Amino acid sequence: MAFWRRNTLVERERHVKANARDYNDKFSYTDNHIKTSKYNILTFLPLNLFEQLQRVANAYFIVLLILQLIPAISSLSWFTTIVPLLLVLLITAVKDATDDYFRHKNDKQVNNRQSQVLIRGSLQNEKWMNVRVGDIIKLENNQFVAADILLLCSSEPNGLCYIETAELDGETNLKVRQALTVTSDLGDVSKLVDFDGEVVCEPPNNKLDKFIGTLCWRDSKYPLDNDRMLLRGCVLRNTECCFGMVIFAGLQTKLMQNCGITKFKRTSIDKLMNTLVLWIFAFLICMGVILAIGNTIWESRIGRRFQVFLPWTEFQSSAVFSGFLTFWSYIINLNTVVPISLYVSVEVLRLGHSYFINWDKRMYHGPTNTAAVARTTTLNEELGQVQFIFSDKTGTLTQNIMVFSKCSINGQTYGDIYDEFDQKMENTEGTACVDFSFNPLCDRRFKFYDSSLVDAVKLEDPAMQEFFRLLALCHTVMPEEKTEGHLVYQAQSPDEAALVTAARNFGFVFRARTPETITLCEMGQAVAYQLLAILDFNNVRKRMSVIVRNPQGQIKLYSKGADTVIFDRLDPSSEDLMYTTSEHLSEFGGEGLRTLALAYKDLDEKEFEVWMEKLQFAGTVIENREDRLAVLYEEIEQGLKGATAIEDKLQEGVPETITCLNLADIKIWVLTGDKLETAMNIGYSCNMLRDDMNEVFVMSGHTLLEVQQQLRSAKEHILGLSRVGSAGDVEKSDMFADSVFEETIIAEYALVINGHSLAHALEPQLEHVLLDLACLCKTVICCRVTPMQKAQVVELVKRHKRAVTLAIGDGANDVSMIKTAHIGVGISGQEGMQAALASDYSFAQFRYLRRLLLVHGRWSYFRMCHFLCYFFYKNFAFTLVHFWYGFFCGFSAQTVYDQWFITLFNIVYTSLPVLAMGLFDQDVNDHISLRHPSLYRPGQQNLLFNKRQFFLCTLQGVCTSFLLFFIPYGAFSVMVREDGSHFSDQQAFSVTIATSLVIVVSVQIGLDTHYWTAVNHFFIWGSLTLYFVILFALQSNGMFGIFPSHFPFVGTARNCLSEKSVWLVILLTTVVCVVPGLVVSFLRIDLFPTPTDKVRHQLQSRKRQRPQEQNLRQSRRTSSRRSAYAFSHQQGYGELITSGKNMRTSRVSTARSAQRTQHSSNWIENVLKRKNEVSCISDESTEAPEKSDRT
Amino acid sequence: MLSAGIVIPGFVVIGLVFIGIGVALFVTSRSITVLEIDYTGVEKDSPCFKCSDPDIKNCGCKVDFSIDTLFEGPLFLYYGLSNYFQNYRQYGASKDLTQLSGDLASFKDPSDVCYPYDYSVQKPIVPCGSIANSMFNDTFKLFHIVKGTRKQVALDGKGIAWWTDYNVKFRNPLVNPLKNAFNGTTKPPFWPKPAYELDPTDPANNGFDNQDFLVWMRAAALPNFRKLYRRISEGEYEKGLPAGNYSLEIAYNYPVLQFEGRKKVVFSNVSWMGGKNEFLGIAYLVIGSLCVVMSVVMLIVYAKFKFPEED
Repeated sequence: MAFWRRNTLVERERHVKANARDYNDKFSYTDNHIKTSKYNILTFLPLNLFEQLQRVANAYFIVLLILQLIPAISSLSWFTTIVPLLLVLLITAVKDATDDYFRHKNDKQVNNRQSQVLIRGSLQNEKWMNVRVGDIIKLENNQFVAADILLLCSSEPNGLCYIETAELDGETNLKVRQALTVTSDLGDVSKLVDFDGEVVCEPPNNKLDKFIGTLCWRDSKYPLDNDRMLLRGCVLRNTECCFGMVIFAGLQTKLMQNCGITKFKRTSIDKLMNTLVLWIFAFLICMGVILAIGNTIWESRIGRRFQVFLPWTEFQSSAVFSGFLTFWSYIINLNTVVPISLYVSVEVLRLGHSYFINWDKRMYHGPTNTAAVARTTTLNEELGQVQFIFSDKTGTLTQNIMVFSKCSINGQTYGDIYDEFDQKMENTEGTACVDFSFNPLCDRRFKFYDSSLVDAVKLEDPAMQEFFRLLALCHTVMPEEKTEGHLVYQAQSPDEAALVTAARNFGFVFRARTPETITLCEMGQAVAYQLLAILDFNNVRKRMSVIVRNPQGQIKLYSKGADTVIFDRLDPSSEDLMYTTSEHLSEFGGEGLRTLALAYKDLDEKEFEVWMEKLQFAGTVIENREDRLAVLYEEIEQGLKGATAIEDKLQEGVPETITCLNLADIKIWVLTGDKLETAMNIGYSCNMLRDDMNEVFVMSGHTLLEVQQQLRSAKEHILGLSRVGSAGDVEKSDMFADSVFEETIIAEYALVINGHSLAHALEPQLEHVLLDLACLCKTVICCRVTPMQKAQVVELVKRHKRAVTLAIGDGANDVSMIKTAHIGVGISGQEGMQAALASDYSFAQFRYLRRLLLVHGRWSYFRMCHFLCYFFYKNFAFTLVHFWYGFFCGFSAQTVYDQWFITLFNIVYTSLPVLAMGLFDQDVNDHISLRHPSLYRPGQQNLLFNKRQFFLCTLQGVCTSFLLFFIPYGAFSVMVREDGSHFSDQQAFSVTIATSLVIVVSVQIGLDTHYWTAVNHFFIWGSLTLYFVILFALQSNGMFGIFPSHFPFVGTARNCLSEKSVWLVILLTTVVCVVPGLVVSFLRIDLFPTPTDKVRHQLQSRKRQRPQEQNLRQSRRTSSRRSAYAFSHQQGYGELITSGKNMRTSRVSTARSAQRTQHSSNWIENVLKRKNEVSCISDESTEAPEKSDRT
Repeated sequence: MLSAGIVIPGFVVIGLVFIGIGVALFVTSRSITVLEIDYTGVEKDSPCFKCSDPDIKNCGCKVDFSIDTLFEGPLFLYYGLSNYFQNYRQYGASKDLTQLSGDLASFKDPSDVCYPYDYSVQKPIVPCGSIANSMFNDTFKLFHIVKGTRKQVALDGKGIAWWTDYNVKFRNPLVNPLKNAFNGTTKPPFWPKPAYELDPTDPANNGFDNQDFLVWMRAAALPNFRKLYRRISEGEYEKGLPAGNYSLEIAYNYPVLQFEGRKKVVFSNVSWMGGKNEFLGIAYLVIGSLCVVMSVVMLIVYAKFKFPEED
């Protein structure tokens, strides 16, 4: 792979020849095999070991091991280090191996997908990994595209095919790709076999919307651009099959090039931990130096005269040299102050927390059978510190499923369900659906709950009929009736499909269309309408209309669009209706539904003909053609009558989740590729934008200056308003708009910024203004942003705010932002998995984010912090006893404990209880966590574990070690056994201190544990028992008999622990070590309670008083603000339909009208061109045929 | 967890229990009699002053003392050393446990840790190492002076070492006679006689099974320590030493003056909790009282500052 990579670096131009593997092999292009795994069976051991030893901690222990092998300074046996080190390495290796195994599995699954490849003249099934550059492959409907391919031909007319690019850019509407005319008739295998065109194109790159190349075939050259390409990750839709030639494969595809290399994410606690470990090193060295100096002094003043018994002159030349050696010996002795098991324990904890996320039933989505998955197991505690959430919209906040749920027809609303007391009911699982059995053509998946609407339709009320007729006529959906009565609609946007399906179920079935007719089946009767014109949708018009002639010969204009737009054009006679409807729309909007108004108008023949002439004339004018058309459309749409409404479905629980996260002081920014209107609309429906906000700033400047101006004025507006009286120093407040000030702003603002403005705002000179402004606003919505901009915005916040960021999205367009943010969350369960695969956490629904952060994140952070505090405390208490002992043993690096105790203390005696605490502890349960979002704040402010906390817990450790040493010291100085034998020996001293230590740390963890599970009990009691069992086992006669020199403590435990006075010492030590901490925490709770303490206290007192369930259901917003509807589809489809280009059945009819065909030859260019409205560069090639048309 | 209902009564209970234990310990400790006699001979008027010169070998001295009331038995006789670092790392490590457990192979080839007391003139030293070499070798005899006659008080040296040391940790090689096992080895340089002659009268107390040797080999934790020398637990002095004059005869061999050490002999009896130990009793009393005081403080704070029941 490395070899290929090197090759791609030098690749300037790519030459690919179809059906010529030999030729293409010369360039050794990457094949379609994808590898994300790191090791194989052979390389695992050496590579993994090498990687692990690169970690500072592991390297440190290797150095320590080497030190211990030097006899002159070895104060501890080598096994005290090697046993824990091997254990640590082993655990990490097992984890790495499992991770890699899953990567292998995943790779294998993708690589083994089947695709049909043209090999040696026939189509053969091949695995994806065997597809090579230059191969011609066949794709079928709903298949994923296997590589970046050049579209050659398709089953659809004119070499068209439709693709869904949600994976790539997150846009859900279908896109059109068209093959070159010269290749579009290569429709069958025999012709394709002979195809030997050569493509010369750009080298692999990550630009999704750009492709430059030429096809040389039969001695002529054809330019290629992005509209001929199907990129890996797209899905073929509405197209039976198509053929294409592979240009880029595997890792060189645009999708994979965009994925980039996964950056290793580290949590802030990780970083803090590394700093602290360095501090501890420094501390360790300090202690070593102090003790070494002590040793030098001792040797020169006391030891010197003690040499009869210790003739060290034989091996130590001077006191200074002795001090030097002592330094190293103490480094070895005190090494446990840097806990070897820290890193591995932290890993184990995070793994455990990840499994809790995976196993959480409340984050499991039944309908899609998707559980939450923690893909990265190293970030959990950071979930408890999130301050910024960057959310995608489509598919994340919204379900991207449109459902027709309510309507208001002629002043009457339908869609609410009432119970027998006329009370509005919640829509639940049990609510009965309306029975559509009267309609044989109905779609069985469609559900509606208000039967009164069906009854009304059956009464044949004209307004009612017109309503559904309009829905059935005014759209650009293509019907497909494969078998009689089995209709499938191919809509390019889900909202249109929802509307047409609704009409279908209520008896106005859209059945077939030709370029000139639309056939409906109205209440069982076939009715054909003549389609006279489609007045297409665009973003400015925000509406679309059709003009049809009904069988009675009347000409009617049907129009649907954003309510504001429609209402402006209504005939004054329907003003009353407009008010009623407007009220209803507000009501709908208040419930978070997307709304839409419908209207119709009768036209008389003459009026229409005049207009039609004008239209045709305008169609031939070259300049300002579009403007003129727009004016004409405008003209005929004046004076509409009647009105109505619908819904877009947010994901479940989105507004509640957002409100809740806001209460937890998390700022949510929406970054979407969608339109401004849609984005704002969703902003309103998920409670992010509200009417009671002081101001919603919309940035849509096109130039740097404009944007700068807008940003500045918005900021001044905010600062000026909130600083009444100091209006003069706007300049000043500009500079001091720091975080402190942000807190003091009470007024609520929102910022909506457009993609092209964002591009300017993100430039270095403006980014600070943008950031300041954005942070002053309660809500930020960025629309029309590219994947790259999403990442830039995240990066901006990450860089300047020092806050933990979380990005959530569902599509491939969110991948970059997911990877940039501290934590990336992917919505899984839909078809596309790109985002989920790149994410750190994935689940099916946005609302699970609340639980992920407020429950899992909070717990993880809480647990990790307590774990770390305890861990450092424990190791300081354990290790520093050696330091105190140094003053009484001539600074000779004598260990207090048995070597076995030192070996096992961290990995056996005390590891499991603290792990159990780190895994299961919780200060409040999940319900309380969710109910009190404010409990999340300590995590954001980093309160539970920081340098101060570290200092406090190590101080506690130091004090404990002091007491642990000096209480036995006081007792042992004159200790005598009951049988009178002397007792102040070193081994008894050691066992007493060790036992006290184990008991003290066990009691301490018991006090630190807020939430007891059986596992906690088992581990704590088990560890204590285990300590005594191992103690007696290691000091038994049998062990001594086998290795006398390794078990010098034989019999000590028996002799020591059978003494009452020893137990009195242990009891005293335990109480003295534990009680002060207890007093301090008790007083702290009463004197300086944290929010958590308050909540817990409330709960306790409430429990005592009355077990009352508090209901904290968030009420839906009651806003008068109505969401303006915006179609999610593109302009140009109207033209596509009237041209008949996309209709198989209409080939004959299109041939009939030569002029129309000519006219329509540029529609594809139009469709393609308008797709990218931001870049208004008109292509030369699109102009050229237009000119030729009109001459 | 830390509700006032548990913590405050808990503290009171702990405090009261501790005070109870403290009182018991203190009273018991007070009932124990200890008699210490420093015989280092630093002071000119000390009977052992003459022996403090390191050049004098086989010096003996006598210390006379009197007891006013019955010194209740069973009595224990300790020797104490101060400023003596048996806990020095290299000193404590300087022994070969394999050798001491009677393994003949390490008689021939002592462990490196014994250096520089592993070989002497090409011969392996048994028992090797600093700690064995520096074994305490003063001996004591106690006489009760009754009407001018000296009556020797029987001192019992059996079972003064730990059972495990005597039976498990230290074993003589299974060679009979024991002397043969030491062929080709030499005694530690400071020892007057080899290990197999430590107690020629009693084979069960000879060689590595010698109780005095075992007591010495169990290194002390702190630089000032006592080690049990003998019991007075049989014969007519089983019930204790009656009031009267006594004379302690000391064979002064062990040099301590060059490191400013002190030697002493200690007579003591014991109680249920071991020897005299005022530290524990006082510590329990102090901690118990503190707990009670803290419970009062916490009660006051709790009553005054607890946050309101409802917000």
